[in-house]
Amino acid sequence: MGLNQSLFAQRFGIAEPLLHSWLGEALSQGGDFADLYFEYVESTSLSLDESIVKGATQGVTMGVGVRVISGERTGYGYSDDFSAEKVRKAARAAAYIASGPAKVPKAGFSEAPPRDLYPVPRYAAETALSDRVDLVRRADEAARAADARVFQVQAAFVDVVRHVMVASSDGRLTADVQPMARINVSVLAKDKQGPPQRGYAGGGGRYGLDYFTGERSPEAFAREAVRQAIVLLDAGEAPAGEMTVVLGPGWPGILLHEAVGHGLEADFGRKGVSAFSGRIGQQVTSPLCTVVDNGTIAHRRGSLNYDDEGNPTSETVLIENGVLRGFLQDELSSRLSGAPPTGNGRRENYQAIPMPRMTNTYMLPGESDPADIIRSVNNGIYCANFGGGQVDITSGNFVFSATESYLIEGGRLTRPVRGATLIGNGPEALKHVSMVGHDLKLDEGVGICGKEGQSVPVGVGIPTIKIDRMTVGGTA
Amino acid sequence: MSAAAPPAPALTAIAESVIENARRLGAELAECTIIDSEEFECRVRLGEVEKLTRAGSRAIGLRVITGQRVGSAYTSDFTQAGLQRMLDSAVSLAKISTVDEYAGLPEPSELGSHDADLQLYWDDVAALDPQHSIDMARRAEAAAIKADPRIVNSEGGSFASNLRQRVFANSLGFSGCYRSSSCSISAVPVVEDNGVRQRDYWFSAAPNVAGLDEPESVGLRAAERVLRRIGARKVATAKVPVVFEQRVARSIAGHIFEAVAGETVYRKESFLAGKLGEKVASSNVTLIDDAILPAHLGSSPFDDEGVRSRRTVVVENGVLRSYLLNSYAARKLSLRTTGNAVRGITGNASTGTGNLYLAPGELAPAQIVSKLKNAFYVTELLGSGVNITNGDYSRGAAGLWIENGELAYPVQEVTVAGDLRRMLQEIDTVGSDLEFRGSVAAPTLLVGEMTISGR
Repeated sequence: MGLNQSLFAQRFGIAEPLLHSWLGEALSQGGDFADLYFEYVESTSLSLDESIVKGATQGVTMGVGVRVISGERTGYGYSDDFSAEKVRKAARAAAYIASGPAKVPKAGFSEAPPRDLYPVPRYAAETALSDRVDLVRRADEAARAADARVFQVQAAFVDVVRHVMVASSDGRLTADVQPMARINVSVLAKDKQGPPQRGYAGGGGRYGLDYFTGERSPEAFAREAVRQAIVLLDAGEAPAGEMTVVLGPGWPGILLHEAVGHGLEADFGRKGVSAFSGRIGQQVTSPLCTVVDNGTIAHRRGSLNYDDEGNPTSETVLIENGVLRGFLQDELSSRLSGAPPTGNGRRENYQAIPMPRMTNTYMLPGESDPADIIRSVNNGIYCANFGGGQVDITSGNFVFSATESYLIEGGRLTRPVRGATLIGNGPEALKHVSMVGHDLKLDEGVGICGKEGQSVPVGVGIPTIKIDRMTVGGTA
Repeated sequence: MSAAAPPAPALTAIAESVIENARRLGAELAECTIIDSEEFECRVRLGEVEKLTRAGSRAIGLRVITGQRVGSAYTSDFTQAGLQRMLDSAVSLAKISTVDEYAGLPEPSELGSHDADLQLYWDDVAALDPQHSIDMARRAEAAAIKADPRIVNSEGGSFASNLRQRVFANSLGFSGCYRSSSCSISAVPVVEDNGVRQRDYWFSAAPNVAGLDEPESVGLRAAERVLRRIGARKVATAKVPVVFEQRVARSIAGHIFEAVAGETVYRKESFLAGKLGEKVASSNVTLIDDAILPAHLGSSPFDDEGVRSRRTVVVENGVLRSYLLNSYAARKLSLRTTGNAVRGITGNASTGTGNLYLAPGELAPAQIVSKLKNAFYVTELLGSGVNITNGDYSRGAAGLWIENGELAYPVQEVTVAGDLRRMLQEIDTVGSDLEFRGSVAAPTLLVGEMTISGR
């Protein structure tokens, strides 16, 4: 999309000469590079609790962020007002970090070629509110009908349309419209005895309302949430200590996000504070593992036509047959290291400085049959679902919390066990991967990644894998 | 010097006129919030400014109730057209939500402002210039790096400050406004030993610059913390007593908060639902939420639905005395609001804390450690493996092993697990070292026996 088709030109009258003059203000104290990031976000959120639609919220946030890069320094200012005077003030705030003769931004802009990774005929935002309310009601009814032990259901549907435009002092200009829709269902179930147990399911992506049918219908997510809660009603204590761990396909890919993904973000790498710093070309996982970050998969939650610095997203091989190949770059890291940008410069919103971030991170499929993987384990644990995770990128220690797991005894899944955190060390943990399934699955589209206080939507994926040794943090 | 908040006639007038317009469009009840904030943040790395942000923003939110149906909207577009669009959205959303007999505003008698000056706004924050702020960040980092030659790298020293104004008005005639300030300083040194890197951090936060620790002291404490991680190892799986150092002990206060927050109680989602008057923790445990402590980061004259702020004893000597409630949860539970409503700028209020803290005991941390033969001293927790519904507690941890009353060696890559319900009953000792660096605080805690999972 070009400037003239964008909402920023049409509704706010922003034209090339203005962009050029604001970039000139940003470089008035010198600096190597400046950019303007415009954002206009419309969102609707509908939430149901106790079978009542209690929350219905709509809103608009808009603003522009101005950035100046001078060497390793970044100056930043922003304004929630597109008036020339306010943007100029933000540009002067950003210019504060530079000290030198004024620079002149490149004359004229070249608009980036169109890319269309998320064609959506009709955004969820353009459908009747009552159609969206129906989704949460149907989830509630399906969850309650699925099992009499369910006593609480919460369901929410959130849709967002994010208009963005990036103009930079090297003459690049990109504009994009990024839809997102997501449904969540959370249930509590209780038996005659024992504490209640929780189940959770959700999904979505850069889609319209028509996506939420069949296997992605509110009923399907509701039944999945109920299934998880019911499994936990009979679950025993999770085991403690080192053991063989088998991860199921899909969302357990959060392992990769924590164990290797964050440590391969180029800002940490460049500063030498990551456990992976200086290890390009070294064997960091078992040769069975190839891990990529791919921001170009159609409609995925982590996908973007252009990143938040106007660079096209791409597929980046992070680890190839166990060997560390590359880092995820943003504009600054790429400028400083000379590595080409990978389209991973992202920011939560116009108030935030971009950083290298993941998009969709997953492991390529291997050769093993998932059933054979489980059969090969005499004593271990199978983790089918996870909650969140976290990593200390310097030591490389990471955790991720299993929410649905089973003991493996004599090559068979025997009993369900309750939640437990798994812990490992990034550059070490995946050396113990001894089997990789052929069943790569991407997650359902609920991932949110946090870094330095900024949240962005991401995707993960993994086939069934066997890790010969990992610490499981149960109590038994 | 604390300055009393001056009126903000312009923003208050906008809020009041939005309420009036909402009524005109048919809303029976309405609430309007405006937040205006100015932000400064800088990070210095290896002595050089790495990033600096200076900006301001504001946003307005509206919530309306008509026929017991709720609709909400927000915008950062303060033009007439922007405000009109917000009004129309909120009113039309109320038509598609469901009748909720408990939807409403607080009782008029609960509305009001705490009348003493809470010293939330400080001129020394407003008067900061960027260069002085950068210097403080630089001094914190430099002190950390200078502390030891093994500190070879750094994720930087940072300084951040914020000036904020919050306006709230509702259709019951409440209209209030307060200003607040905050600032923080931090350092994140990185140590390298035998090719293994470790990082740690320390920080100080306060409503005023004078209330911050000296930058050098922040840097030195960060350095001490990262140095004692050198040589960290994984230990064998064991069941031992666990000491939660002050910096991580506050998370336990946070879990109790989650379990007494109104919405988790009326949904029967919390293991503390229905336990008022029962012994839910060891007698050593007294948990207080106090939103009217002067010059504290969790204080406010009124909560986010205009209810007068106050002090609430949540747990007294182990007995659950009160939940923390907003007016909605209070109506659901046939109780009175405790003034703990919190929200961004719009939507139904959820529950938040004022200054929530575990009351300190008698023993200094070193005295607690000295009586333990074989135990784990936790200095960092990773992940979110805590479930307030069934009590499951399992988190990644790093820290130091205690042998014969001393901190013997550093430990990493282990988990600490137990049942939160039992952990609260088994808080054997509460330390004397209560310190506020945010709105939730706790002194060092010794918890009976937990499972450390390692090798």
